[in-house]
Amino acid sequence: MVQRLKRQFGSGLNPVTYLGQNYMEVDRSLIPEILQILHDQEQFDYCVDVTAVHYPERQRQFDVLWILYSFPLNERIRVKTQIADGETLPTCVDIWPTANWLEREVFDMFGIRFDRHPDMKRILLPEDWKGFPLRKDYGIIQQDTEWVKINLGIESGQ
Amino acid sequence: MTDATKYMSHLELGERDETFLDSNELIINMGPQHPATHGVLRVILKLDGEKVLGTECVIGYLHRGVEKIAENRTYTMFNPYVDRMDYVAAVSNGLGYCEAVEKLMNIQAPPRANYIRVILTELNRIASHQLWLGTHALDIGAMTPLFYTFRDREEILKIFEKYCGARLTTHAFRIGGCQYETYDGFEKDVQNFVTFVRPKIDEYEALLTSNRIWLERTREVGKISAKDCIALGVTGPVLRASGVKWDIRKAQPYAAYSEFDFEIPIGEKGDTYDRYLVRMAEMRQSLRIVEQAVGKIPSGPIMAKVPKVIKPPAGEIYHSIEAPKGELGYFIVSDGSTQPYRLRVRPPSFVNLQALDIMVRGQLVADVIAVIGTLDIVLGEVDR
Repeated sequence: MVQRLKRQFGSGLNPVTYLGQNYMEVDRSLIPEILQILHDQEQFDYCVDVTAVHYPERQRQFDVLWILYSFPLNERIRVKTQIADGETLPTCVDIWPTANWLEREVFDMFGIRFDRHPDMKRILLPEDWKGFPLRKDYGIIQQDTEWVKINLGIESGQ
Repeated sequence: MTDATKYMSHLELGERDETFLDSNELIINMGPQHPATHGVLRVILKLDGEKVLGTECVIGYLHRGVEKIAENRTYTMFNPYVDRMDYVAAVSNGLGYCEAVEKLMNIQAPPRANYIRVILTELNRIASHQLWLGTHALDIGAMTPLFYTFRDREEILKIFEKYCGARLTTHAFRIGGCQYETYDGFEKDVQNFVTFVRPKIDEYEALLTSNRIWLERTREVGKISAKDCIALGVTGPVLRASGVKWDIRKAQPYAAYSEFDFEIPIGEKGDTYDRYLVRMAEMRQSLRIVEQAVGKIPSGPIMAKVPKVIKPPAGEIYHSIEAPKGELGYFIVSDGSTQPYRLRVRPPSFVNLQALDIMVRGQLVADVIAVIGTLDIVLGEVDR
């Protein structure tokens, strides 16, 4: 399968196996097409998870990952792409409806937006939360100090 | 896009659909402090009289930022935190985490440790299902099962307490094996428990399985097809009750599961009653596994050779196990230091909860309670 995809997409796709697990590093521009093919032709019918990793020192700061599973093949694969801060990705809600909340969580924690997502808003944190906590440059106590200052009128709760 | 809209669960609060009783269309709030929501779940319901037109879940009240905590702790320090996600099945959480880190470091837990892990995890699965049954039945109006299941669950918690000193957040496993050797009489205790609880499960079934009220409240309620389950990523007993024979313990065996003989119970219709039957059958299968395992715990060490400082090589891993609620996965990115660079938990409850909307649309308000119960969510895990 990987060979077939490799032939079709050439240098935009880089298959890797690490510790017996397969994943593909894919160019941002190929993402919608590859996810569609994986679902329609390669039988990856179950989207296990959508998540991201932040590398602040990199030019393209985020790795976004789709962890997929195929019931007929009993196989897992991860699709990984790099995007810059502010860049958006196409939603895969129309491929795997389960991506709805998972993408919302990625937005909530990393601030990565998904185009054409039906309901792109925070899911776990309150609507008025500032910043995106799972970014590496997000200070753990900044939110706390601010809240304490406004609500309790003291310098720090720490 | 037409297919996807079927699964969308957000309400257009401003819009009003054409309804049978148009003047009575109502938006009400259920929760967050509602005893039948199993924690702090808030559901916004759009109703036409008693009929549910749509729902939207508001979650996050119990969010503690587990994934961020992980980035600021060493691998060992983070281990007890995973118990606090699905706190009624803490042993499963620990097993998934320890195995993921072991995989990343390329170490193998010794066979004796794997057997102890399987026994404790399966006991925990029974405890989790018992808690589910008691509270689910209580939500629907049957009070007795709660007392029965809690009485029997206590026996499991006693075994946990004797083994590791804790009843709920057990922290039973360590990276590389188990910290504690089994206590004297462990095997006897477990065997006694198996013979004790087997007739008790029949007792629960005698109360409910052919109970007229139970049947009326659960049959044809919250139906979900196998196709919808897969599309929505629903796993665990909910998926199996819809007829998909899939269990990670069989599909991609971990720990020592490949050495035991057990079946995957499945349902047909995917309604609340089928999910009840599947979970009851699962408890019996778990007992079978425990019975097989406890008779032949191999001797040997309980810890693999693990370096004093846990420092996995740079790389990434995804490992998942079959928790009582469904697929529990850990995705860990290591940068070669003592702390995870990124740790992602794929929680079964969070993903399963997404199916609530499609399961209750067109049903009655009282059924929403039944469906929340049957999904078996733990808000600690939904919100993390």
